[in-house]
Amino acid sequence: MSKKHAIRLTVNGRQYEAEVEPRVTLVDFLRHQLGLTGTHVGCEHGVCGACTVMVNGRAVRSCLMLAVQADGAEVVTIEGLSEDGRLHPIQEAFAEAHGLQCGFCTPGFVMSAYELLTRESEVDEGTIKEVLGGVLCRCTGYKAIYESVQLAARKMGKMPA
Amino acid sequence: MKPAPFEYIRCSSLDEAIRALSDLGEEAKLLAGGQSLVPMLNMRLVRPKALVDINGVQSLSYIREEDGWLAIGSLTRQRDIEKSPLVKAAHPLLHEATLHIGHPQIRNRGTIGGSIAHAFPSAEYPAVVVAVDGRIKVVGPSGERTVPARQFFTGIMSTALDVGEVIAEVQVPRLAQDSGWGFVEFTRRHGDFAIAGAIAIVQQDGPVVRNAEVTVFGVGPVPVVCQAASQALIGEQHGDTAVARAAEAVERDLQEVEVISDVHASADYRRHLARVMVKRALLQALERARSARP
Repeated sequence: MSKKHAIRLTVNGRQYEAEVEPRVTLVDFLRHQLGLTGTHVGCEHGVCGACTVMVNGRAVRSCLMLAVQADGAEVVTIEGLSEDGRLHPIQEAFAEAHGLQCGFCTPGFVMSAYELLTRESEVDEGTIKEVLGGVLCRCTGYKAIYESVQLAARKMGKMPA
Repeated sequence: MKPAPFEYIRCSSLDEAIRALSDLGEEAKLLAGGQSLVPMLNMRLVRPKALVDINGVQSLSYIREEDGWLAIGSLTRQRDIEKSPLVKAAHPLLHEATLHIGHPQIRNRGTIGGSIAHAFPSAEYPAVVVAVDGRIKVVGPSGERTVPARQFFTGIMSTALDVGEVIAEVQVPRLAQDSGWGFVEFTRRHGDFAIAGAIAIVQQDGPVVRNAEVTVFGVGPVPVVCQAASQALIGEQHGDTAVARAAEAVERDLQEVEVISDVHASADYRRHLARVMVKRALLQALERARSARP
């Protein structure tokens, strides 16, 4: 076993200190060491996007980042979106527009949409589809997912109603 | 699907990284954006003894314009290149190529230096630097050297980098004002690895093609500069006939090339796609050259 490294990071606004083996990916750290199982592990090689989380304001694949690299970082996971028990507008929109289907890929879609809708002042069909293309849904239906993000964009004033 | 154990060395300067890599030799791997290396670690296709992480070397992240060249620090994220107004204005071809790299979530981490060091046959950045005759600045234990991009790629995932050397900067010349460019690739799904792609850059004098540069990628082990295709076009009247002849000439350019045959496409199919991609890239380039003309 290789030497463990001490890391300090913020996850969903809370400070954590931990010891990690270098080979532990960020997603495994979040799930196994912090118990934040909202982030899902799919393909483990960066293709499916289910493990997408925000790191320092950017949506990234948490299976392609080592936990040790998140030292000093600010991480937001799906658990960090709701406030005082109130769902985030993106989560609301996924519920209202039936964007979940089986639900496995949902955290990846929601976090990818979160980056888009918090970074850009305006979005359109093209920019939404570009981002959704980075997450795989094996239920085969992207339509409800697209409509969910579109609804969220409208709720957040990023797209004309 | 978990990496084998390795030691982790975080560097805060380029010198530190070079020292660590020189000390550890072939058993260490440099970690930049990790969008190609980490999947390979997860699948245990590579099992380095140590990873040397340069993500903390902030001095390697920049986009500058110098004497008609764009100089891009190797740690610059693909997403920052995509969003850079300077790149969009000075090098729209590089901007367009960036949009074809994976997905935004990948480009948020992936770096230009990593893409070039990884040297995957269907990767966009190696193709662009070869197409525009760019340069790769590398720094190693014995100092600094600048390698022409056309000599940098030596085989599938192989480069001219020596043990201990790190890519510091990628340099691409600004496209001439009167040039038109085309970038196309063929993928089964948006964001997938290209099965074949082509880049064309042309300049015209009135209806006559004065200069043409054609490059195909994803076809051979490294990007292929297509001299025959370019020659077939230079001095000709632009138009469908000349473009068709140039596309046919690609066959000659690929004669000495070991065309890739894999589960995605046979070598014959890739040869066919190379011609089609060149044709489409040229049509784009000629169209742009027409509207670029003063």
